[in-house]
Amino acid sequence: MADIDALALRLRAELGPEQVVTDRQELRTYECDGLAHYKVIPALVVLPHTASQVATVVRACVAAGVPFVARGSGTGLSGGALPHAEGVLIVTAQMRRILDIAPADERAVVEPGVINLQVTKAAAPHGYYYAPDPSSQQICSIGGNVAENSGGAHCLKYGFTTNHVTGLQIVAPDGELLRLGGRALDPPGYDLIGAFVGSEGTLGVATEVTVRLTRLPEAVRTLLAAFPSIDAAGAATSAIIAAGVVPAAIEIMDALAIEAAEAAVACGYPPGAAAVLIVELDGPAAEVEAQFDQVTALCDRAGAFELRTAADDIERALFWKGRKSAFAAVGRISPDYIVQDGVIPRTALPEVLRRIGEVAGRHGVRVANVFHAGDGNLHPLVLFDARVEGEAERAETVSGAIIDLCIEYGGSITGEHGVGMDKAKYMPRMFSDDDLDTMQLVRCAFDPGRLANPGKVFPTPRLCGERPGGGLAERFPGVDVF
Amino acid sequence: MGALDELTRPAGDDDHVGGVPARLVAAPASTGEAAALVAAARDLTVVVRGGGTKLHWGPPPRSLDLIIDTGRLAGVVEHAAGDLITVLRAGTPLGDLELGDQQLALDAPAAATVGGVVATGTSGPRRLHYGTARDLLIGITIVRPDGVVARSGGKVVKNVAGYDLGKLYTGSYGTLGLITECVFRLHPRPAAAAYVRSTAPAQAVPAILAAQVAPAAIEIDTATGELAVLLEGTPAGVRERSALVEKLLAGELSETAPGWWGRDPWAPDEIGMKLSVPLSKVPSLIDSGAALRGSAGTGVLYAAARDITEVERLRALCVRGGGHAVVLTAPAEVRDILDMWGPVPGLALMRRIKDQFDPGHRFAPGRFVGGI
Repeated sequence: MADIDALALRLRAELGPEQVVTDRQELRTYECDGLAHYKVIPALVVLPHTASQVATVVRACVAAGVPFVARGSGTGLSGGALPHAEGVLIVTAQMRRILDIAPADERAVVEPGVINLQVTKAAAPHGYYYAPDPSSQQICSIGGNVAENSGGAHCLKYGFTTNHVTGLQIVAPDGELLRLGGRALDPPGYDLIGAFVGSEGTLGVATEVTVRLTRLPEAVRTLLAAFPSIDAAGAATSAIIAAGVVPAAIEIMDALAIEAAEAAVACGYPPGAAAVLIVELDGPAAEVEAQFDQVTALCDRAGAFELRTAADDIERALFWKGRKSAFAAVGRISPDYIVQDGVIPRTALPEVLRRIGEVAGRHGVRVANVFHAGDGNLHPLVLFDARVEGEAERAETVSGAIIDLCIEYGGSITGEHGVGMDKAKYMPRMFSDDDLDTMQLVRCAFDPGRLANPGKVFPTPRLCGERPGGGLAERFPGVDVF
Repeated sequence: MGALDELTRPAGDDDHVGGVPARLVAAPASTGEAAALVAAARDLTVVVRGGGTKLHWGPPPRSLDLIIDTGRLAGVVEHAAGDLITVLRAGTPLGDLELGDQQLALDAPAAATVGGVVATGTSGPRRLHYGTARDLLIGITIVRPDGVVARSGGKVVKNVAGYDLGKLYTGSYGTLGLITECVFRLHPRPAAAAYVRSTAPAQAVPAILAAQVAPAAIEIDTATGELAVLLEGTPAGVRERSALVEKLLAGELSETAPGWWGRDPWAPDEIGMKLSVPLSKVPSLIDSGAALRGSAGTGVLYAAARDITEVERLRALCVRGGGHAVVLTAPAEVRDILDMWGPVPGLALMRRIKDQFDPGHRFAPGRFVGGI
């Protein structure tokens, strides 16, 4: 730890003592992100206030050969911001200024610690909003969204973070401060922004983000449809897509997820539903009205036994409350759970759900299903009680089987939560060695020393000409994996 | 060179790139064949050729042994209509696509290939609504310059597993290897569409954007002094929205696009530029007196520049406004003395990427930014 002590001393001098955390108890508060069963206490935490301070920290890490991990609000669900036991955790939460809201350019310029929803709140008086809306949007940061390429319920129509970032200032893993893109589109050269967004902190730290602002839609209509079976809800979704409608969002929750949501937030969904479907349409009023009637009729035809239309924003918020609180709500019906994030082609939905049910049944594990039905992004919640012998292992087995199902049907192991620490081991099931090797060429270009968030995303690091790679235990000394 | 002899033919008179003649031409018919070819060609300099609609773009290659023609690497591998995706071989001409009531929402000449549009990152009027190749591409298969086949993304729209190599290859001008297959997200074909044509100035664009009519395109053309808006949607919706825009711009409703819509504003022997500025800077760019055409709703416009002085003037205007100006094509005599790409932030990092993917600098050498 001599290196770390020297580093702490240097950073205290350069940044100010209150921005460097070395106290063991205080360090412990950063031991995990939103995926709380992975825990690592970082060697050092720094809280930079400016981009140049981030550059100072990264340069100091490079000089000392110490790995660094960036963290925003710490809401990530794949352990992407899991600290490194011998590394520095760079927390961007103090960098939370909105630098510009420029409706005339349809852009906002923000620091990485700015909370997602704050961008929308700042833009709304001008008639604009920030479209990507992860469920955690009240607490997650834009810097974290950039790292994870966050999605959200409305990305079906509006795309992901990567489609909304037009400019970045980053501190590259060698400590250099770089500007990429800006308010104008299509900067010449390789699309470094496209490479950076979603790279989960392995290509550097974003210190300023220029995002698109989207014009607020003239009309928003939200439908809540209750179905007697999950298949019927899936059929309704297929019919809506087949009709050429592109809803802003289509979400499904199954009976167990509804039960949890009711227990937690009393959202008042229709009793007796085996599945509820939430469909939201937005856009010009003339379009939305016509398509809303069409969607309602399609749900009716697919067997919906109750159809509710949100009369106003308050009722719309209530429809969404059950859905957006689903993860946390599951705590009401199970002491522990694993959230999965696999994606399947949407048309395979009924079949995959049936097979998830079979696997769960075989292992005696309950699975609550919440998913973005429009784009096939599943969020099965695998329930267990860690105090009961063998339950955690069975839940892990079911969880792994769900990932295998997603791959079998030509989907993905993660739709929006990221690979992080949690799913790195599954990457070889989805990609060949050559695929992973090629991706890591990008890593080698940005970070040949592999100091930026090492051990995440890729199960086996690629050699970039120097430094032999270490095993899992070596890369994560002291990792507490349940 | 045995394998290479079998896989290539001697180049003909038409097999040149930017005036540089090739020695050999090969047209592999599958990703596997392409990989074998690239592996066998490891000592050769290579340029990939699709439909040839943009082959003259960019500086000429420093050296050219082999043209890899994607003409046989064509066809639809899969169209999963229910999932709104398609898997296409890179040599497929966009004009050949038959996707029923769905569409791949990329504007390009009919002869342009999937791979060519991705490699050059071209876009057209409807980028305002649908985005560009980088937004619609969800998976890619490539052959690296060392012959290794790699894939990223997949067949589902929502996917954050691993690095997004598709973004890196989009707009890379063939400098990172050969693209053999692309997976795209599709959109339903709109039931109705209408154009509103007007002579309103660029200053009217904010009013269109403020009107919440969700236009698919807002295009401007200085030669005719026209501003035209495309609206897509349901028949009733399009009727109502276009009437609103018609009133807003004192324009005229039209079922067809203006003749200049989506076409390059330059003649074959002129300097063609792509300009990009923040939205608020579009009016001052339009008022600069240059011959411009393009997306006034996104700030991506095209110019026919008279001479190098005008190139420099437009570039200064764009860069000062926080944008970029790239010369896409120019007559041979000015090409050699032009800086086609202009200033490129992040160039050092881009060079490191090139060095990783193509350490021998064999793919499209000298055609890209900074001589990459």
